[in-house]
Amino acid sequence: MTIRANVSLSRGAFTLQAQFEAPGQGVTAVFGRSGSGKSTLLRALAGLETPQPGGAISVNGVTWLGQGINVPVHQRRVGYVFQEPGLFPHLCVRGNLEYALKRSVGRGAQRGGRDGVQGDVQGDVQRGVPAFDEVTALLGLENFLWRNPVTLSGGEKQRVAIARALLSSPALLLMDEPLAALDLHSKEEILPFLDRLFASAGIPVLYVSHAPDEVARLADHLLLMEEGTVLAQGPLADVLGRVDSPLARTDEAFSVIHCDIVELDGPCHLSVLSTAAGDRVYVPRITAGQRQDIRLRINARDVSLCNQRPVGSSILNILQATITQLSASDNKGQQLIQLRLAGSDELLLARISEYSCQQMGLINGMDIYCQIKAIALLC
Amino acid sequence: MVSLMPLQRSNHRWLMLFENDIAALWITLRLALITALTLLMVGTPLAWWLANSRWRYKAVIEAAVALPLVLPPTVIGFYLLVAMGPDGPIGQFTNWLGVRPLAFSFTGLVLGSVVYSLPFVVQPLQSTFSGIGRAPLEVAATLGARPLDRFLTIVVPLSRSGYLTAAVLGFAHTLGEFGVVLMIGGNIPGQTQVLSIAIYDHVESLEYASAHWLAGSLLVFSFFLLLIVYGLNRRFDMVKV
Repeated sequence: MTIRANVSLSRGAFTLQAQFEAPGQGVTAVFGRSGSGKSTLLRALAGLETPQPGGAISVNGVTWLGQGINVPVHQRRVGYVFQEPGLFPHLCVRGNLEYALKRSVGRGAQRGGRDGVQGDVQGDVQRGVPAFDEVTALLGLENFLWRNPVTLSGGEKQRVAIARALLSSPALLLMDEPLAALDLHSKEEILPFLDRLFASAGIPVLYVSHAPDEVARLADHLLLMEEGTVLAQGPLADVLGRVDSPLARTDEAFSVIHCDIVELDGPCHLSVLSTAAGDRVYVPRITAGQRQDIRLRINARDVSLCNQRPVGSSILNILQATITQLSASDNKGQQLIQLRLAGSDELLLARISEYSCQQMGLINGMDIYCQIKAIALLC
Repeated sequence: MVSLMPLQRSNHRWLMLFENDIAALWITLRLALITALTLLMVGTPLAWWLANSRWRYKAVIEAAVALPLVLPPTVIGFYLLVAMGPDGPIGQFTNWLGVRPLAFSFTGLVLGSVVYSLPFVVQPLQSTFSGIGRAPLEVAATLGARPLDRFLTIVVPLSRSGYLTAAVLGFAHTLGEFGVVLMIGGNIPGQTQVLSIAIYDHVESLEYASAHWLAGSLLVFSFFLLLIVYGLNRRFDMVKV
C-alpha cells in the first residue's frame, strides 16, 4: 500500500525533480515554501502536467505513469481539491456533486495498467461508489443542496468542492492548499470537517500546505520540498524531529506530541492532559466534545532546558527527556537540540543558544528537563 | 394597400411584385438561418482552436478569419465568384463531384455568407472560450469527464451568452448582406434575390412605397432581434460568478 512517484519537468526557470514514496493510507503533508514545487508535483500526479519521459507514478499498485503508460487525467482515479473551490456556476450544489457521482462509475471500470511487479492485492480492491448521503452528511451540506454556488460562503464552497472530489470515488485525494484562500473564521469552520473526513474516508491524501499548524494537526506523514526536490520524507514526528532538515533551519521549527485527556475542567481554567509517559501537561481549558487523542504543537523556540527539575518556576509544563541529537551552531549562535521524552518515542526540539549549550555541557544521552513556555493545541 | 398602388399599373403587376418581395424575404430568412447554423458548427471548433492553440503562426489564421471585417464585400464576392468558376478550385471540385456549379445558386449564397459572416461568429465564441479559462476544465477532468464530455457539459453551458451573441450576429449580419450576394448570386428573383437587393431594385425603379415596406420591416426586425440579445445577455451576466 504505497504511493510511488518519480517525476521531472521544467517550466521556464523552474525545475521539478521529485521522487518519493508515501504510505497508501493516511494523510501525507507536502510542506514547503511558496514556489518549492508543491502544487506542480500535485498537478503532475493528477496528470494535469506532462512530466518528462522516464517518470513513474503508481498508487496502491495501479500504474498511472510508467513505461509506455500515461493514463489521462479523466481516467486516473484522483480527487483534486484546488485552492479555489472551482464549483461549476451553471449547476446548483447538488448538480456539482452529481457531476462527480455520475462519472465515478465509468472511471472505476477504466483504470490504468497494473503494477505487475508489486502485485499489491489491496490496491486492486474496488472501492464502491461512495454514498451521496454519507458524503453530504460528512461535510454538512444537507441544508444547501439546492443553493446556487454563488450564494455560498468561501468555507461552504470549499466543503462542496471537497465533497465533490470524494464523490468521484478517488483512489488518491490531492488537496492543494484547500484552506489558503479562506479567512481565519472559515478555516476554523472547515478544519473539524477535515478531521472527520481523514478519520473516516480511508483514502490516502496528499495535502499541500505551507502552514505549520495545518501540517501539525492533520498529517501523519510529511514530505518536505525545496526548490522542486523532495528533501525529506517519513512519519511526521521523525521528519519534524530532524535537526538538519530545511524546516529545522528556520525559526518555525516545531514538534508535535500526542496527549490523552486526564481532566477537562481542571483548576484555574486549565485542562489537564498526560503524555504517553504519564507526565502532566496543563493547557488552557479545552471545550468538551473534542476527541480523546490530542495533538500539541510545540515550537522549538518555546522550549528551554534545565539540568535539574526546576523548583519554584512559573512555567507549568516541565517534561523529562533525554538528549538524542545536537545540531551544529547556526550563524546566529543558536543550536537545535533533539530530545526524546522520557518513557516514550516522542521527539521534541529545543532551540537554545550555543553559549547555554556550552555552559551546561550538553551532550548526547544526557537526561534533562524541558520547560515549555507555550503550547498550541491542535485538536 | 390600394391607396399605395400606382395608378398606371395593373393589379396583376402589383401582385407579382408583392410575390417577389415575399420570395426575397423568405430566401433571406432561410439564407440567414442556414448560414448562422452552419457558422455555429464550423465556428465552434475553429474558435476553440484559436482560443487554446499555442501554435506560433496562429496569428495568420486569426487575420484570415478577421479579413471580412475590413474587406469590401464585393472583393470577397469577386474572388468567390472566380473560385466557383469553371477554372476555380471550388468550380473544379463541384465539377469533380458532378454537381452543378455553385455560382448563381442558393448553396453558393450560403457559402459566400459563411465566409462573409465568419468573424461575427468566431470572434465572440473565441472570447467567451478564452474567458472560461483552464480551471473549470481541469476540475472536470479530475472528476472523470472525457474531453468531449467536458466541452459539452462545461464549455457550452458557460458560453451561453457567447453563443447567443454569435448566433444573432451571424444571422443579422447575413440578413443585411448585399455585395457578396450580388456578385455570386446574380439577383435571380425567387432563387437568389435577397431582401437587400430587392430594396435596391425598388429604389432603382422609383418604387419607394415597396422599398419602404421592405426596408422598414428589416429595420424593426433587426432592432428587436438585437434588443432580445442584449436583454438576455444581461440576464446571463448576472448568473456568472
